[in-house]
Amino acid sequence: MEIKNLKPEDIISEENLVYTKTSLMMDKPLSFCPGCGHGVAHRIIMEVVDELGIQADTIGVAPVGCSVLAYEFMNIDMQQAAHGRAPAVATGIKRCWPEKYVFTYQGDGDLAAIGTAETIHACNRGENIAVFFINNGIYGMTGGQMAPTTLPGMRTSTTPYGRDVALMGNPLKITELVALLPGTYMVSRHAVHTPLCARKLKKAVRTAFENQKLNKGTSFIEIVSNCNSGWKMTPIQANKWMEENMFPFYPLGDIKMNGELVKKTE
Amino acid sequence: MGDIKLMKGNEAFAEAAIRAGCDAYFGYPITPQSEVMEYLAAQEPHKRTGMVLLQAESEVAAINMVYGAAGTGKRAMTSSSSPGISLKQEGISYIAGSELPCLILNVMRGGPGLGTIQPSQSDYFQATKGGGHGDYRMIVLAPASVQEMSDFVKLGFELAFKYRNPVMMLSDGIIGQMMEKVELFPQQPRLTQFDQTWVTTGKTPDRKTNVITSLDLDPARHERHNQKLQAKYLKMRENEVRFEAIACEDAEYLFVAYGSSSRICQKSVKLARARGIKVGLFRPITLFPFPETEIGRMATDLKGILAVELSSGQMIEDVRLAVNGQVKVALHNRMGGMVPSPDEVCDALIKSFSIG
Repeated sequence: MEIKNLKPEDIISEENLVYTKTSLMMDKPLSFCPGCGHGVAHRIIMEVVDELGIQADTIGVAPVGCSVLAYEFMNIDMQQAAHGRAPAVATGIKRCWPEKYVFTYQGDGDLAAIGTAETIHACNRGENIAVFFINNGIYGMTGGQMAPTTLPGMRTSTTPYGRDVALMGNPLKITELVALLPGTYMVSRHAVHTPLCARKLKKAVRTAFENQKLNKGTSFIEIVSNCNSGWKMTPIQANKWMEENMFPFYPLGDIKMNGELVKKTE
Repeated sequence: MGDIKLMKGNEAFAEAAIRAGCDAYFGYPITPQSEVMEYLAAQEPHKRTGMVLLQAESEVAAINMVYGAAGTGKRAMTSSSSPGISLKQEGISYIAGSELPCLILNVMRGGPGLGTIQPSQSDYFQATKGGGHGDYRMIVLAPASVQEMSDFVKLGFELAFKYRNPVMMLSDGIIGQMMEKVELFPQQPRLTQFDQTWVTTGKTPDRKTNVITSLDLDPARHERHNQKLQAKYLKMRENEVRFEAIACEDAEYLFVAYGSSSRICQKSVKLARARGIKVGLFRPITLFPFPETEIGRMATDLKGILAVELSSGQMIEDVRLAVNGQVKVALHNRMGGMVPSPDEVCDALIKSFSIG
């Protein structure tokens, strides 16, 4: 058969199929910028919910920012929370339905600036929820302003000459901070820009949901991601910049596992 | 007959919450309503009915916990006092926008700012006109006794679920703190069966996802959502007006007062009638919807109306709109935690309308 006459079903036959999109992702185009990590993070969480067979028992909480439209793409029951308040909303749900799986999906401005109190206190109480924290060092949806996690010297629309820490303060490593709280059972930092990173994240997300079933306390997963639009870079440039600048400041890996801080071997 | 007890208003509210089958209370301490959570904690409601009780890290967190719980179809509530209620306004706006049922108690104290811990009624505008952003209304119930601090919990939840809307009980430091005899209604079951069509309890194969949200970026659709909300508020105006008229049959003058002010005016009515002045008391029980038709109808036969409030004069604006210029409406008010005596109110009536 000539190549020009080939139809997709001739190539993608049942036996050649290596991947199918989970039905827990809606059949609609994502509204994220091309190159953004949100789509992969969304898919991984939904794949885990699908594989664990807990769709009928899972409630997600999407707050304000680029994560606000998560319920447009995740095929599960969701509540949209006010800016920063997702851990409080999740607490309200989980306390009333302790047997359900509840997670929040928050950006850095949401989780580490306006919602710092809700984040810390939910983690400190050890709410049996999973917190997925997308850290791209910027306010993406509002147009690229400085976030609590913006790196020193990093240019944003409100730090056009670079973040001057003497003036604007230091970036907040909230993930290391919540790891010190007795309520967190698992604290881990991941990325989604390579298949290996995505696979590691998926394993961690699965553990986070399993921890809920065992009533272990809060599972907190940071996902360091790019914001190529906000950073004013191409997706490839953004991923490279992330590896060279974000990862040294926000190193990937487990910070707390099974309720114990992971010892760093330098 | 239910149990009869001598209780503080705040305690009666808390006991009624358990008895009304409330599923969850989230709060933060503030004077003069801290007895609500203290009473609940002492009662161990998780043992009595399975009710959830959680002290939140802030009023902001508490109202958002209510949002989360209400979004799963549960009977959720919170309580606070004026500065704390200000902090909850964002959450209340979201709850109204997302059409969630819940009950909120405000035991008002004097403001603005930190103000005072003494009683006041200066949050009337905030409660009845929409204290948060956007076009929304809450049903506002104004208890005037410890008995009503109990009864309105049950009524409040019924109305909240009837309209899928937040209901506020607008009380004050006097009603919250004073002790009176109260007949408690019998224990009701907690909400075990409820309308599953909109709640977020996990998507099952037989339905599409349920989403609790106040966001809609499509302006045409969002306008329709707003129109739907307004139609709901109109239904409340048509169906939920509540008031009490005391000695109004032959009245030439009228006190209009709610909550603790109405209790003072009850005595003022007796004092004035002893002096030969035919005065009655009109007590709005719902502040939204305001009994405007009833007051407007009565105004035609009156010589004067005195609005009595513990504020600079907030409810009086609704009285004047209801009266629509038919008769003079005067104000007697105290602020900052001061409370008028029945004699003072009686004298204010005589002076305002140059009686005798």
